[in-house]
Amino acid sequence: MSLLELKNVYKIYGELHALDDVNLKVEKGEWVSIMGPSGSGKSTMMNIIGCMDKPTKGEVLLDGVDISKESSKSLTTIRRDKIGLIFQQFHLVNYLTAVENVMLAQYYHSIPDEKEALEALERVGLADRAKHLPSQLSGGEQQRVCVARALINYPEIVLADEPTGNLDEANEEIVVDLFHKLHDDGTTLIVVTHDPEVAEVAQRQLVLRNGKIAKEVVNQNFTGKIRFTDQ
Amino acid sequence: MKKKRMFVRMISASLLRRRSRMIVALLSIAIGATILSGLVSIYYDVPRQLGAEFRNYGANMILTGRDGRFTAGDMAAGKAVIDPKELVGAAPYRYENVRIRENPVVAAGTDAEQAKAASPYWLIDSGEWFSRSGEMLIGAKVADSFRLKAGDKIEVSFTPDDQKQAAVKNEAVEDNVKEFTVSGILKTGGTEEEYIYMSMGDLEGLTGRSDLTDVAELSISATSDKLKEYTERIDQAVPAIHASLVKRVTASETTVLSKLQALVLLVTVIVLALTMICVATTMTAVVAERRKEIGLRKAIGASDSSIIKEFMGESMLLGLLGGIVGSVLGYVFAQQVSVRVFSSSISFRPLLVPITIAVSIIVTGLSSLMPIRSATDIDPALVLKGE
Repeated sequence: MSLLELKNVYKIYGELHALDDVNLKVEKGEWVSIMGPSGSGKSTMMNIIGCMDKPTKGEVLLDGVDISKESSKSLTTIRRDKIGLIFQQFHLVNYLTAVENVMLAQYYHSIPDEKEALEALERVGLADRAKHLPSQLSGGEQQRVCVARALINYPEIVLADEPTGNLDEANEEIVVDLFHKLHDDGTTLIVVTHDPEVAEVAQRQLVLRNGKIAKEVVNQNFTGKIRFTDQ
Repeated sequence: MKKKRMFVRMISASLLRRRSRMIVALLSIAIGATILSGLVSIYYDVPRQLGAEFRNYGANMILTGRDGRFTAGDMAAGKAVIDPKELVGAAPYRYENVRIRENPVVAAGTDAEQAKAASPYWLIDSGEWFSRSGEMLIGAKVADSFRLKAGDKIEVSFTPDDQKQAAVKNEAVEDNVKEFTVSGILKTGGTEEEYIYMSMGDLEGLTGRSDLTDVAELSISATSDKLKEYTERIDQAVPAIHASLVKRVTASETTVLSKLQALVLLVTVIVLALTMICVATTMTAVVAERRKEIGLRKAIGASDSSIIKEFMGESMLLGLLGGIVGSVLGYVFAQQVSVRVFSSSISFRPLLVPITIAVSIIVTGLSSLMPIRSATDIDPALVLKGE
């Protein structure tokens, strides 16, 4: 059974078909990137997979559960327990320190554990910045805090929406490097990106156009090895 | 770390690290709490303050004998019913017909200190109250009639009952005569100006009859209901005397007091409403500027109840801080008003502190409820889109 399966999924706004009969399977531990021009349906698909929206028609099976039929309350629970989110704009709570931002995800999930949150920050190379507020961190550092927050509850899927969109090249490399580490650890990754360099390091690339999957490319050269470590 | 500790850490971080925003919210709550606490202090202190002012208008209770005169013992028993803290003055009066230069005059025996306390509006035009035996205070009309002034000496004569028969039979009459020094001239604008006043002892010495009182005037600082209760209790406790209220004084006191209290209450209610509007507006602004944060919290798994709990926690903590500041400043505010308006300090009411804090928390919580509930409608997908 696939970890995530979209069956004949439609999202219709009036005349507009934001998603138009989308079928997709993502296996556990897979790294999939989604590309496409603006308005192709990437965000709509992310929102549906991320349990923040429901399809107009079709089934979305996450770990065997059809999330398209769940109430918004259960969707909140599924999102909290199974999904880790990484945003283009980082979205950290500006009055909480880096470690507190990571603990926030623990707080809603189960029990906050500062030690574990510090370890997560250490994994993303930010142990020494744990007590800093987001305003005291660079864009790359903020995105790494965002990654640590997304991972802290060991989610089934990590969804990243343009994770490198606001980063310079050096920080982009650090974040992609982190994705490699996550993939090596067995985390399922779905990354929406405009950047072909970020997209092509994934196992599989999907290209969306007008709400349909127009192209699917399997990365034959995918090694699963960390790409930027030696640079 | 327990969830509770993280909750406290989050809301205290929100208040401490977003200081400039929170100070504005805190100020609006603290100002509301200050005015509320101050006005409630004044509301409860107005009767005491004004009661003291009203006591300048003279006695508000009269004791008379059921069968003519009553004794000092009866009066003491009547006074014992009244709370000593409320009793401003209790002046006994005994009236006798005496003569000055063979002209009839009414002499009143009283206790100078008590008469001064019970009738503070009496004006001594020249001289002073009598203070020792052989001195008397005379009304302005008596002074005019006999051309007397302070310091003059004059004989006062009294015909005892047994000598009155002799007078009727045109026989020689032996009057009791005593020389008095005029200590001062009394001006009241009333019938008191037609009397002469001396100590009870002097009048008893002149008449030869002791321990009799015609009337006692009492000035009591209490509400009209309490005064009414006192009259009933005195009537029951001391059969020899009858207590009655000076209606024109007590009724006008009650009218003025109730109007003033109604006014203060009205202002308090208006301030309460304004505070609620102000806090609700501030909280709406706080929620509006934190839409992204709320969306983010929801996106990472916060339930609606968690969001409500966190924002309510923040606003109630603000309410608590505002209440503490408000109860301190409210006392200072009430004290200033009291000193400037009534020229006396206000009494501190410890109970008002927890009440102000509780009201402040409740008002802040209630005013925040609407904006916070609307916060739960925020769509977390908007955060993902970066909108």
